[in-house]
Amino acid sequence: MTTIVFIPGDSGAVALGADKVAKAIRSAIDARGIDAKIVRNGSRGMYWLEPMVEVATANGRIAYGPVKPADVASLLDGGMLDGGDHAKRIGDPEQVPFFAKQTRLTFARCGVIDPLSIEDYEAHGGLAGLRKAVAMTPAEIVGQVTDSGLRGRGGAGFPTGIKWKTVLDTPGARKYIVCNADEGDSGTFADRMIMEGDPLVLIEGMAIAGIATGATKGYVYIRSEYPHAIAVMNKAIAAARDHGMLGATVLGSPNAFDIEVRVGAGAYVCGEETSLLNSLEGKRGVVRAKPPLPAIEGLFGKPTVVNNVISLASVPVIMDKGAAFYRDFGMGRSRGTIPIQIAGNVKHGGLFEAAFGMTLGEIVEDIGGGTASGRPVKAVQVGGPLGAYFPRALFDTPFDYEAFAAKDGLIGHAGIVVFDDTADMLKQARFAMEFCAIESCGKCTPCRIGSTRGVETLDKVGAGIEPEKNLALVTDLCNTMKFGSLCALGGFTPYPVMSAINHFPQDFAPKPVREAAE
Amino acid sequence: MQAQSTQVAERTAAIVDGLKGLEGPLLPILYGVQEEFGHVPVEALPVIADALNMSNAEVHGVVSFYHDYRREPAGRHVLKICQAEACQSMGSDEVAARLSDLLGAGLHETAKDGSVTIEPVYCLGLCACAPAVMLDGQVIGRVDDEAIEEIVAEVRR
Repeated sequence: MTTIVFIPGDSGAVALGADKVAKAIRSAIDARGIDAKIVRNGSRGMYWLEPMVEVATANGRIAYGPVKPADVASLLDGGMLDGGDHAKRIGDPEQVPFFAKQTRLTFARCGVIDPLSIEDYEAHGGLAGLRKAVAMTPAEIVGQVTDSGLRGRGGAGFPTGIKWKTVLDTPGARKYIVCNADEGDSGTFADRMIMEGDPLVLIEGMAIAGIATGATKGYVYIRSEYPHAIAVMNKAIAAARDHGMLGATVLGSPNAFDIEVRVGAGAYVCGEETSLLNSLEGKRGVVRAKPPLPAIEGLFGKPTVVNNVISLASVPVIMDKGAAFYRDFGMGRSRGTIPIQIAGNVKHGGLFEAAFGMTLGEIVEDIGGGTASGRPVKAVQVGGPLGAYFPRALFDTPFDYEAFAAKDGLIGHAGIVVFDDTADMLKQARFAMEFCAIESCGKCTPCRIGSTRGVETLDKVGAGIEPEKNLALVTDLCNTMKFGSLCALGGFTPYPVMSAINHFPQDFAPKPVREAAE
Repeated sequence: MQAQSTQVAERTAAIVDGLKGLEGPLLPILYGVQEEFGHVPVEALPVIADALNMSNAEVHGVVSFYHDYRREPAGRHVLKICQAEACQSMGSDEVAARLSDLLGAGLHETAKDGSVTIEPVYCLGLCACAPAVMLDGQVIGRVDDEAIEEIVAEVRR
């Protein structure tokens, strides 16, 4: 019998040497005349164990990691293909505590299956949601998504079902589903992982969205920094067309739906939905004023659903298992699960899908295991470059949209970046302003000018020039940016800046004071 | 010079022809042109503008808006060094400084011998294996001394 060896093709695993390991295993099994097949799966999301090689044995999947090419000979000598013992043997990957504590709904198949095999996808529960959807009316599908309580996972947290209803109710000769895969926030990689590890679930979610709203064309707008994801999505779309998941008759139903991948061109602001639409149209990616909402006048002026990758990829499980099943996870108005991405200076970094409600401290200390450097955690930034820096004192905050907002922070796309005590929060605040200046689309003044003035003023604080006066000026400037900017880039840059100032005032004190304190 | 610009125009026209049927074709066309020439030559702009019924200024405005489109050719290798927060927390500043020093080019610069262009990038999605870089499209995570040596050797090869 042919043994199946799983070696992730996920770009995180590849960045840690998975391609070299795959090559070494391929040549070793060929040289030994072993009957084995290599499948390049997605990642399970435990990056400290990558490249993590898994073997399908009679006793289930057995993992080894982190594997280096030099380990291959001894792994095979030790009987890896039968789950044999080795210093790098992890055992059942699903029993690793980091994995066992998760609730994997959206990421149920990621790291398990061959991402491009429709047979594998179906054998693991794929297509069940779309099958149900083609037998329902659009209003029934929208009702299910609304009842599930799913909110936009891109960061804004807007109820997905309500957005879909607006598009369904707006007449249009042509409507679009646009998937926002411009995952530019530092500390986030959930979109990348699902596109590389289970692209068919995104395609299925988009097809369901199309049927629910009457849209016939979908675009996946992927950032150019993700070449692996672009390649996998293109192959998966071709496979889905061959299988009849996409095309003139989706799964043999009267619904037509097709998808095209478009590649961004390195502008962070294009993750904002209206500038993304301008970019898709071939224009400068400047933000549009709302209203009109994209749901009413979106791509090329037509009614358009713009959803994040994870929002769309969560729809198939909702359709398959029902709104109530999904809604039963979570807390308050944050329903279902959220793929938390634990990153930066952290011992156990990776993707952790869980119901809303865990505290920040549990995530960072218990799940993440503290810092990689072994030094104390000083701050964690939640929600990307526009998210607030949280001190340890706020580690009891539950992971929930409203709870974070109440502490002047945001969940965003659920990325958490951990910093140890060597971090300089003045430097981080300055970077937030600098990043905004680099990436501002230029349309509105608070963002375009405010960010540059912010950098200059924080530089004065750093140089010890009238620090109190200049910090007051930064606070005033943040107020203007927060309430005067057109979109979240200028509007949310004050979160990292003000949280750094408020929670870490010692880092903004004049130099002599700071040095004396150390 | 004249012959060269005619050649640019012809090759650009062929790319535009193949892609202009797309909805919103400008970005794919600009990528096609950049793949063909290694950058977006200024001579290509009027050809694109004409075919898409846009003004030269509009096309220029799009090219200049996006970080990815090059106005001049890059070095033989392109090294993108992540400078975003997750990589900062793991020492990306030092990684950038050391690579710049060893390769003879700062961020946004091309080495004098044309061997490499170094660019900052704000997130490669490798935040759980920081600090990360991308050399000619190949991703490299947890960049340490050994990885830096390998990158330098690859660029010098």
